[in-house]
Amino acid sequence: MVSGSLTMLSDLPDRQAGFSLSPRIDQVGVEERASRFTKRSIKKESKLNGLKLVLNMIDLTTLEGKDTAGKVKQLCYKAMHPHDSYPGLPTVAAICVYPSMVKVAKKALGDSGIKIASVATAFPGGQAPKDVKIRDTKYAVHEGADEVDMVISRGKFHAGEYNFVFDEIAAIKEACGEARLKVILETGELGTFDKVRRASDIAMHAGADFIKTSTGKIAPAATMPVTLVMLEAIRDFYYKTGRMIGMKPAGGISKSKLALHYLVMVKEVLGEDWLNNHWFRFGASSLANDVLMQIMKEKTGVYQSANYFSVD
Amino acid sequence: MVKAIAKKKSNTIKLNFDTSWSYAPAPESKSAATINKQYDLFINGEWQKPLSKKYFDTINPATEEKLSEVAEAGVADVDKAVKAARNAYDKVWKKMPAKERAKYIFRIARIMQEKARELAVIETLDGGKPIKESRDFDVPTAANHLFYYAGWADKLEYAFPNRRTESLGVAGQITPWNFPLLMAAWKIAPALATGNTVVLKPAETTSLTTLKLAEIIQEADLPPGVVNIITGAGETGAAIVNHADINKIAFTGSTHVGKIIQRAIAGTNKKATLELGGKAANIIFEDAPIDQAVEGVVNAIFFNQGHVCCAGSRLYVQESVAKEVIRKLRDRMQSLIVGDPMDKNTDIGAINSKEQLHIIQKYIAIGKKEGAEMYESSCALPSKGFWCRPTIFSNVAQSNRIAQEEIFGPVLSILTFRTDDEVIEKANNSPYGLSAGVWTDKGSKIFNMTKRMRAGVVWANTFNKFDPTSPFGGYKESGFGREGGLHGLLPYLNLIN
Repeated sequence: MVSGSLTMLSDLPDRQAGFSLSPRIDQVGVEERASRFTKRSIKKESKLNGLKLVLNMIDLTTLEGKDTAGKVKQLCYKAMHPHDSYPGLPTVAAICVYPSMVKVAKKALGDSGIKIASVATAFPGGQAPKDVKIRDTKYAVHEGADEVDMVISRGKFHAGEYNFVFDEIAAIKEACGEARLKVILETGELGTFDKVRRASDIAMHAGADFIKTSTGKIAPAATMPVTLVMLEAIRDFYYKTGRMIGMKPAGGISKSKLALHYLVMVKEVLGEDWLNNHWFRFGASSLANDVLMQIMKEKTGVYQSANYFSVD
Repeated sequence: MVKAIAKKKSNTIKLNFDTSWSYAPAPESKSAATINKQYDLFINGEWQKPLSKKYFDTINPATEEKLSEVAEAGVADVDKAVKAARNAYDKVWKKMPAKERAKYIFRIARIMQEKARELAVIETLDGGKPIKESRDFDVPTAANHLFYYAGWADKLEYAFPNRRTESLGVAGQITPWNFPLLMAAWKIAPALATGNTVVLKPAETTSLTTLKLAEIIQEADLPPGVVNIITGAGETGAAIVNHADINKIAFTGSTHVGKIIQRAIAGTNKKATLELGGKAANIIFEDAPIDQAVEGVVNAIFFNQGHVCCAGSRLYVQESVAKEVIRKLRDRMQSLIVGDPMDKNTDIGAINSKEQLHIIQKYIAIGKKEGAEMYESSCALPSKGFWCRPTIFSNVAQSNRIAQEEIFGPVLSILTFRTDDEVIEKANNSPYGLSAGVWTDKGSKIFNMTKRMRAGVVWANTFNKFDPTSPFGGYKESGFGREGGLHGLLPYLNLIN
């Protein structure tokens, strides 16, 4: 899994210059295209199948200062048993916690197959020295994280120090070992689609397994146009290198309908190979319940009260 | 679901758009529309049987089923309609204060909005265009056009400062089959706002929404005879063009018919505006935002099955990015949904008529014979109806017929270029000059291109955008006169000191 990253360096003798030449993005065009995906009408079995797929792609998340072992255990149970009154539902893809909660989650999830994602690298600000970030990462992996969600150094990125950003990601990737690395761009702080594209290219070339929009702590978090720019970067990278990169929009996706629009976007930009939770995730805390509510509505024909869905 | 990391050789890298998760049918309901079994002629505010006693069928091009039959107006019917329009002009419309005229146009626009769903359904059933387009583009844009010109009616002295304006009289208007309702709105709105009366004939394959518009006009209580809608084919159109008591001809259609009209009205007092064919150059420079440009190409050539006079049917791509653009275009074409126009997910509907399908097929055969490389999307087509897959030709030469002649279908010719001067010369190297597109990240290049391009409309980093405030019309054999915007008032007025 580590393969790609280092060989990639030789393709880019002058990385700094290379990334400033990332393809340009036209804001109006991206927004128009993104809104066109929302015009797809998802009905009947395609709605139900889509909802189940969405549920299966969720990284059920709690990233709060007040997180406790008790809270994380409850979340893990929800991850394994989203709604037991509907047998046969898929589980979520992963739960996403701070490094200090990884061990708790690991124990609670047992052999359920649900992954444990841990944020690291001085999440969410990322304002810490590299060695601290590496220790943070190694700690999370040592505690049992299957996936690491790192943040890039946005300050350095804005200052044009692309080599710094690149090297940091590469170092974290190395610290991850076997764990998959998700690189959070924090697109809400990048300002333009051009910069989102450039940051995506840096992350992928530096060894990211996933690129991810946001920490969830900054507004705006994930939007469809931003996600589209990143999906197109993934597609271009795939054509260039043959390496698949995953995508994780996070934050701001709390309704099923919006999640289905994202699914449409993945289907029409990257196609079948990305339509599974190995390559696409939703980072969300409240999306799961809305999806469950919609699934029950598809099954019974009527909406049920929110009181019937567990709040965790 | 988990798959091993795919690391493939570059020549086998391919995206798979044949996805296990697909869209269930989402058809719009036919019952949203009422279509009569038979339509007469709308003359002098009432439905009148044709003196010709003839009717012809109008069909749904997606199913080949008959939808209705409409009257075929003969010379005597045309004369009746022109007389009604003249009478209404002299006795009512000419004398009416402009702000009162405006109220009628506003009312028509509002009723059109109220009946938007029904109009969209009929447009799609009769013409084959996707419901998504008739719902989101044709009908709302038509209503906007009426609203816009209603606003001008009592402000003409501000449109042309220090000049007095005078209406012309009776306008004979002939609309095409690609945007039937929208073109009717384009024609009627400025004519009424400037104080003219109208005899309008829609294209014979797509009369129904224009007839529905006649019902709306009736409901709006427009004084009888101000708008007369008569149906028929070429001979009916000729009778309008040749009628002695018509002051102005407004025609949108083929360059061939445009030339016939020009000859017919030579030596008469008739004013004319002609909006004819096109073979628009859409130019992608290497510094363009490529993904958005590709989306623009799709919108330029596959919008309304390519039945668009300003369609970007000649794509010029700078050689250094040609491979990338074509690859991305092919991928994008795989996700275009071709089929039932009534399905809300359909991107490309039915070809408007069997005749048009034959023309398109003829050009595809020509393109193959000329040695261009053809690619079409792999979608399945319905067994009944008239269909054409989205198709692109690459390795096209400027001397190929598919690069010179209007195909009017979802068929794109792709040519490459090296320098700015070269592409401007090639883009202008066409008998047509209706529209063009430029894709670049560089502002100065946009201005350089737009200045030197001989086309009535030049879009920068977008394509096929329409707005009632913007004038539209061509250079060279794409016609003359402008529709839309302040400029669109002028063809319906005489300016006096």
